[in-house]
Amino acid sequence: MKHLMIAAGLLSATAAVAADKPQLTVYTYDSFVSDWGPGPKVEEAFEAVCDCDLNLVGVEDGAALLSRIRLEGENSDADVVLGLDTNLITAAKETGLFAPNSVSAEYALPIEWSDDVFTPYDWGYFAFVQNAESAAPANFRELADSETKIIIQDPRSSTPGLGLLLWVKAAYGDEAPEIWAGLADNIVTVTKGWSEAYGLFLDGEADMVLSYTTSPAYHLIAEDDASKAAAAFDEGHYMQVEVAAKLAGTDQPELADQFLEFMVSDAFQEIIPTTNWMYPAVTPASGLPEGFDTLITPKKSLLFSPEEAAEVRDQALAEWLGALSQ
Amino acid sequence: MAGRAQPVSPWPGVGAAALVAALILGTLAAVALRADAAGGFGRADWVALRFTLVQAVLSAVFSAALAIPVARALARRRFPGRRALIALLGAPFILPVIVAILGLLQVFGRAGWISDMMGLFGLPPLRIYGLHGVVLAHVFFNLPLATRLILQAWQEIPAERFRLAAQLGCDGIAMFRLIELPMLKCILPGVLAVIFAICLTSFAVALTLGGGPRATTIELAIYQAFTYDFDLGRAALLSALQLALTVVAALAALKFSRGDGFGAGLDRAIRRWDGGAPALDLFWIGAAAAFLLLPLAAVVISGLAGLFEMPALVFRAALTSVLVATASTAVLLLLALPMAMAVATGRYGVLELSGILGLAASPLVIGTGLFILIRPIANPTALALPVTALVNAVMALPFALRILVPAARDVVARHGRLALSLDMSKRTFFTRVLLPRMRPQIRFAAGLSAALSMGDLGVIALFADPQIATLPLQIYRLMGAYQMQAAAGAALLLLLLSMGAFWLLDRGGRLHAET
Amino acid sequence: MLKLDGCLIENGNFSLRADFTVETGSSVAIIGPSGAGKSTLLEAIAGFRDLTQGQILWNGKRISDLTPGKRPLAMLFQDGNLFPHLTVEQNIALGLHPNGRLSTQEQAEVQTALDRVALPGLGDRKPAELSGGQQSRVALARVLVQRRQILLLDEPFAALGPALKAEMLDLVAGLLAETGTTLLMVSHDPQDARRIADQTVLVADERAHPPAPTSNLFENPPPSLRNYLG
Repeated sequence: MKHLMIAAGLLSATAAVAADKPQLTVYTYDSFVSDWGPGPKVEEAFEAVCDCDLNLVGVEDGAALLSRIRLEGENSDADVVLGLDTNLITAAKETGLFAPNSVSAEYALPIEWSDDVFTPYDWGYFAFVQNAESAAPANFRELADSETKIIIQDPRSSTPGLGLLLWVKAAYGDEAPEIWAGLADNIVTVTKGWSEAYGLFLDGEADMVLSYTTSPAYHLIAEDDASKAAAAFDEGHYMQVEVAAKLAGTDQPELADQFLEFMVSDAFQEIIPTTNWMYPAVTPASGLPEGFDTLITPKKSLLFSPEEAAEVRDQALAEWLGALSQ
Repeated sequence: MAGRAQPVSPWPGVGAAALVAALILGTLAAVALRADAAGGFGRADWVALRFTLVQAVLSAVFSAALAIPVARALARRRFPGRRALIALLGAPFILPVIVAILGLLQVFGRAGWISDMMGLFGLPPLRIYGLHGVVLAHVFFNLPLATRLILQAWQEIPAERFRLAAQLGCDGIAMFRLIELPMLKCILPGVLAVIFAICLTSFAVALTLGGGPRATTIELAIYQAFTYDFDLGRAALLSALQLALTVVAALAALKFSRGDGFGAGLDRAIRRWDGGAPALDLFWIGAAAAFLLLPLAAVVISGLAGLFEMPALVFRAALTSVLVATASTAVLLLLALPMAMAVATGRYGVLELSGILGLAASPLVIGTGLFILIRPIANPTALALPVTALVNAVMALPFALRILVPAARDVVARHGRLALSLDMSKRTFFTRVLLPRMRPQIRFAAGLSAALSMGDLGVIALFADPQIATLPLQIYRLMGAYQMQAAAGAALLLLLLSMGAFWLLDRGGRLHAET
Repeated sequence: MLKLDGCLIENGNFSLRADFTVETGSSVAIIGPSGAGKSTLLEAIAGFRDLTQGQILWNGKRISDLTPGKRPLAMLFQDGNLFPHLTVEQNIALGLHPNGRLSTQEQAEVQTALDRVALPGLGDRKPAELSGGQQSRVALARVLVQRRQILLLDEPFAALGPALKAEMLDLVAGLLAETGTTLLMVSHDPQDARRIADQTVLVADERAHPPAPTSNLFENPPPSLRNYLG
C-alpha cells in the first residue's frame, strides 16, 4: 500500500501546485475537464485574470455531480459546481447547500432567466441526429408511424435520456404514454449513456440517435463532414440549460463570485461552442463560430421550469417504463 | 492430517480475507450509514431482481455448458498456435464494456456483419436485442473464462489417470464418465457461481443488448438510486441483495464442488490416448474461435484507422494503466496467495466466500463507500490510482482464487507430509515448494488480473482528476468528446496492452499447458 | 527405547490400541491384514495423526506432543518422497537444512550420501528423470543425512521389483548398521520382514501387538496372522 501511495504521489502532481495562491475548486462533469472539453482552456483563461489556482474536478455527469455534492454535504471541498441542468435545480436547491449570487448578463437563451442561485453558462436543444440525406420525420407521431430506427438513452442513467422523457411530456402531456407506445417498435435499444448510443449510431446500428441540435456542428467543424443533420420536430424541441452555482460553504466566496462573473464573460463563452458543442449562454462579441449557422433552429422551445420538472419527472418515468417494458 | 500441524499457516490468508470482507462490507456499511432514511424495495426493484436472476442463471448455464466441449477439444488436440488461440480467446473478458458492446454489435447487430450477409440473401437483419442478446453478450464475455477454468482442471488430471483409462480400453464416452465427469462435477459449480456473480452486476451490457428497460438489472437500479434519486439507503439495500445472492450461489458451489484433488502424479506431460472424433473437436474449437474472435476483429478493424489519430494523452493514460495494473496485480497476489493457502489447509473453505464477494460488489457502492471513508482522512482524488488498483485487485480476487486454490490444495496434499517430516518451516515450504509448484497457476492468475485491471474502468470515474486518467477512462472521455475514431484506436491499444500483459505474465504457464 | 504407552488411535469407526516398547537399534516389521491400521500406526508415531489416549516416549522423553518435524525420526512414504521440481541434490540437502543453504562441508556430505547410495554424479537430475529404484535411493540418501534416530518405512519400495526391493532393504539394513538407527517398517511380505527385521509387530483385531521375534512369529503364527498368511 505504501508503494501505491508513492506511485500515486508521483502521478498526481496536482496537489502541490502553488500553495501560496488562493485555490478555487470547481466540481464539474468529466467531459468538461477532459482535454477535448472546455476545461483546459477555461483554466488557462481564468488563471490569467484571477491570480489564483483553478482546480477543476471531474465527476462522471451532471446527476452524479449533484450526488457527489450531497454526499460531501456542508464541508464539501467544492467552491463552485458547474454542470447541473434545469432538471436538477429543484433537487439541488432542496439541499440548501448553494448560495445566491449577483451575476447578471444579457443571456442569449430562448427563455427568460431569473434564478439568483444558478447561473447558466450554455444551453442546447435535444434532437434526433441522422444522416443528412435521409428523409426526416417532422414530429414524434410521424417518427412513431415510420420504420425509422432510433437509439435513445435511459433517463435513469443519462441526462439526454431524461431530456427526451421531459421533451415528450412537455409536448404531449397526458398523451405521452401513447407516444411512447407508438415509439416502442422504433427503438432499437436504450443505452446507459450518450457515448454508447452515439457510437452505435455511427456504426450504423440505427437511423437516428438522441443527441443535440449542435451535434452536426461537431462533424462539420472538427471533421469537415456535413453528412449529419438534426431532424427538426414541429412540436418543438426540449432545451437543456446548463448552470453553475456557488456553494454556501465555500471558503473563497469572492473568488467564486469572480468565477461566475467570468463564466458569463466572452473569455469563457467563446470557448464553449467548439469544446462543449453547445450554444453559449451569452453570445460573445465574436459571434458564433462558422458552421453553427447551418444548424436547425426549432420553431418552439420547450422547457419545464425546475419545479415542474421535479414534479412530472417520476410520473413521466413510470409512463416510459410502462410503455417500453411490454 | 486433520487437527494436526500444517506446512502452511492459515493466518495470513484469514487476515487477507478479513481485509477484503472489511473493504466490501465496510464500504457498504459506509453508504448505508450515510443514508437519511431506510430505503425500501419498490415493485420495479422486484422486476429488476427477477430479470437479473433470469439472465444471470441463463448466462452462467450457457457459458459453462458451451465451455465444456470447447475445453475438452482444446485439452486433447495439439496444433500449432494452440496456445496463442487460448490466450486470444481470453480477450473478450478483459475488454472495457463499452468497447465490447460496440464490437459485438458490429458482428451481431442490425447493421452487423451477419445481418449484412443475411441481407445478401434477402433475409431480414438479425434480431439481437432481447434476453437472448443479453445472454449472448454474457456468454461472449464469460465463455473464455469458463473455458480456461475448465481447461485448467482438465490439464490437472494426472496423466496416469488417462493412461490407466487408455489401458483399460476406455473409449471417449467411458473415459468421460470415468475421469472427466468427476472432474467436471468438482469444477462446474464454482464456474457457474463465478459467472452468475459476474452477470449479477451487469448493467450497461444488459441494458443495451436487452433492448431497453425490460432489461433493467439490480445494478441499474443501484445506479438510479445513487444518481437519479440520491437514495443511499435503497442503493445499499440493493447492493446487499446482490451480495446475498452471490453468497448463496457461492455456498451452493462450495457444497457441490467439495471433492478431493486428483491425487498425486509425477510431472509427466499430458498425453491422451482416446482419439475421439477430430471433426467434432475441430467444430467446437472453430465455432468458439469464430464467436469470440469476430467481435474482436471488429474492434481491431475499427481501431486500426484510429490508431494514428490518438492524441499523446492516450499514451500517458496507457502508461498510467500499466502502472495501475502492475500495482493491482501485486496487491492481488498478496491477497490471493495467502487466502489460497489458508483454504488449502482444509479448514477455511469459507474464505473463498469473501473472495467471491468482490464479484458481486457494485463498483458504484464500493467506490462511493471508499469515498465516504477516505474523505475525512485524505483527499480522495489524490488517491484515485491506489484506490483503483486496490478495487481492481479485489474484483479480480475471485478469479485468482478459482485458479490458485485447487493448485494450493494439491501441493499441500502431495508434499505437506514430507515437508513436515523434514521439519521444513512454513516460510521455506512457501518459497521452495508452494511457489515453484504453483508457478503456472500464479502466472495465470497474475496475467488475468493484470489484463482485467488494465481494461476495467473500476472506480476511477468516481475519483478522477483531469490530470490522471487510465486508458479505459480516456476511452470514455474520447467518446464523450465525439472522438469515436480515436477512442476506437485507444481501445485497440488497450486490447494490445491487456493481451500483452497477460501473455507476458502467463508465458511461464506454457510449461503447464504444454504447447 | 521407543515406548507406546497406552496409545489409542481413533478415526471415525476405526480404532487401534498400541502398548509396547521397541528397543533402540532394533528393526521391527509391522505386518497385518490390509486395513488393520499398519500405516495408521506409523503415522501416529510420526505425528501425522493424533492420539486419543496415551503417549509416545523416546528414551523416556514424551514426543507425542511434538510436530512431525521435531520428532527424532525420519519417514519414507508409499509415494511422494521427493519434490519433483527440485534436483536430487536439493532434495537430499533438505534433510540437512530444510530451511537454508548448505555450507561447503554440508555439500560434501550430500555428495557422500549420494556415493553411499550408489548414485554418484546424478545430483543434477530431477526425480522424473530417474528410475523408480534410483528415486528410492535418493530418498534413502536424504534419510541418511537427516541422522534421525528412528526410521519409519511405510512401504516405500512396494512398487519395485523383488530383486530391486531386496537390494533396497539390504541397503537400508547396511545404513542402519552403520548408524544404529531404530527401524519400524510396514510390510505386506513376510520375506521382507525376515530379511531385515528381527522383531515383528502384528497389527490385527484393532490392536498392535507387542513385538515378537520374527522367526518365532512366522513359525508359530497366532490365528489372526495365520488367516492373513493363508
